[in-house]
Amino acid sequence: MTTSASTSSSSAAGTAAVPVSVAGDETGGSQVRRRRRLSPGKRLPAAPIVGPALVLALWAAASAAGQLDPAAIPAPWTVLRTGVHLWTDGTLPNDILTSLRRAASGFAIGLVAGVLLALAAGLSRVGEALIDGTVQLNRAIPALGLIPLFILWLGIGETFKVAIIAIVVYIPIYLNTHAALSGIDSRFVELAEVQGLSRFQFVRQIVVPGALPGFFVGLRLGVTGSWLGLVVLEQINATSGLGYMMFQAQNYGQSDVILVGLVVYGIFGLVSDSTVRLFERRVLSWRRTLSN
Amino acid sequence: MAPHTEQLTRSAVRLRGLTRSFGGRKVLDGIDLAIPAGQFTALLGHSGSGKSTLLRAVAGLDHQVEGSGQLTAPERVSVVFQDSRLLPWRRVLDNVLLGSEGREAAAKGREALAEVGLKGRERAWPSELSGGEAQRAALARSLVREPELLLADEPFGALDALTRIRMHGLLRELWERHRPSVLLVTHDVDEAVALAERVLVLEEGRIGLDLTIDRDAAARGEYRGLLLAALGVTEDVR
Repeated sequence: MTTSASTSSSSAAGTAAVPVSVAGDETGGSQVRRRRRLSPGKRLPAAPIVGPALVLALWAAASAAGQLDPAAIPAPWTVLRTGVHLWTDGTLPNDILTSLRRAASGFAIGLVAGVLLALAAGLSRVGEALIDGTVQLNRAIPALGLIPLFILWLGIGETFKVAIIAIVVYIPIYLNTHAALSGIDSRFVELAEVQGLSRFQFVRQIVVPGALPGFFVGLRLGVTGSWLGLVVLEQINATSGLGYMMFQAQNYGQSDVILVGLVVYGIFGLVSDSTVRLFERRVLSWRRTLSN
Repeated sequence: MAPHTEQLTRSAVRLRGLTRSFGGRKVLDGIDLAIPAGQFTALLGHSGSGKSTLLRAVAGLDHQVEGSGQLTAPERVSVVFQDSRLLPWRRVLDNVLLGSEGREAAAKGREALAEVGLKGRERAWPSELSGGEAQRAALARSLVREPELLLADEPFGALDALTRIRMHGLLRELWERHRPSVLLVTHDVDEAVALAERVLVLEEGRIGLDLTIDRDAAARGEYRGLLLAALGVTEDVR
């Protein structure tokens, strides 16, 4: 009866709660008790999709059982059929393209502005004095609250939408990049001086890589922000785009079309966030964090 | 013959009346000091005695410190800090090459890494190195620049005792091979005696003791006693 400790404890589970070394054990030494494990343990396979898949399954089951009002929450297959229909008749691709163009141009402008402003504020005291306070002030004003003013200034066309998205995007990118820049270890600055780095080499070899982790945090927030801004903008005044499509559907009581729009928004958000994360993992491969 | 004598008499570092103060308190009080080229000098002192201030002044790192006096130092100066100060986002070889570019530099970097016993670790990340290995990499980084003057600010202070002994051997060996002038700041009397040719004790902003270490001397213990006395430490043996 000299089975290993872990299996013998299961056979004794019915009789004793705590596995203590059995009398007459040939080794005589007391058994080592495993410490209680406090880490969550190994990750489950396909962990990120377990939750969404469960929700989808419940939704499908409830629809099939007739428990849901099809006018309020249509069945998944109805949504899918509507999506295919909208795609083949050309309205959905058109709306998606319009939305993507808006989000992309606003995002690009916001990204460039955020990074440049953060660099200017982080690298020179004059820049900091001019820029940082101004951005903090801008941050305090909800970007969507600027919509009426921007319509007056820029007209009701595409320009004001792109401008609002750019503002929504540049703020988190600026804040996080600037915080990371000013958080760069002064010991590394000293090292750069000792090694005789030029200003340009210092920025390229120490400042930029040192600020990258913060920049990526800002980038992820910015990407999400661009979609958020888009939804609101396209529901306020637009003649095309995903938000417009959903707004129209609301007027006609087409909940399936609204759901198609939400699914597309969700897919966009997920894909863009994963892209940024993939990119981040590549660029910051030197980092050893808790997640890997 | 002439260049040889010149080599012997030329000073690598010369300080005249060097004064540095922080908030009105004089940390360095008119220091006069000449370090001949190629000499291994150790600078001892209590914490707060101004050792690091002196080293940072010679390194040209004291930007916003009040002070006066003359200071000459060579063109090529390298500094080794107490922490290895490797950039975590650069691989070991790229860290060693910080500030020097080109293919020639890369070859030199590999050579320097081999010299400190890190051959084969060129592609490692700094986070993968042990404390001793990281400090070796820092030494390699300072060597690549072929310094005329090597400044070391308690470079072994954060290492364990065994690693420290091995690093002493390595530093001494590198010095013998490349012959830069060395200014080693330390608070460890034994380290100073074991490594240096000359030991200075900094006391209240001035050089309180300037001791030449005769490496052949049998009575190394005497130096130890002398230095400890200069530092105001009385050893109670019993």
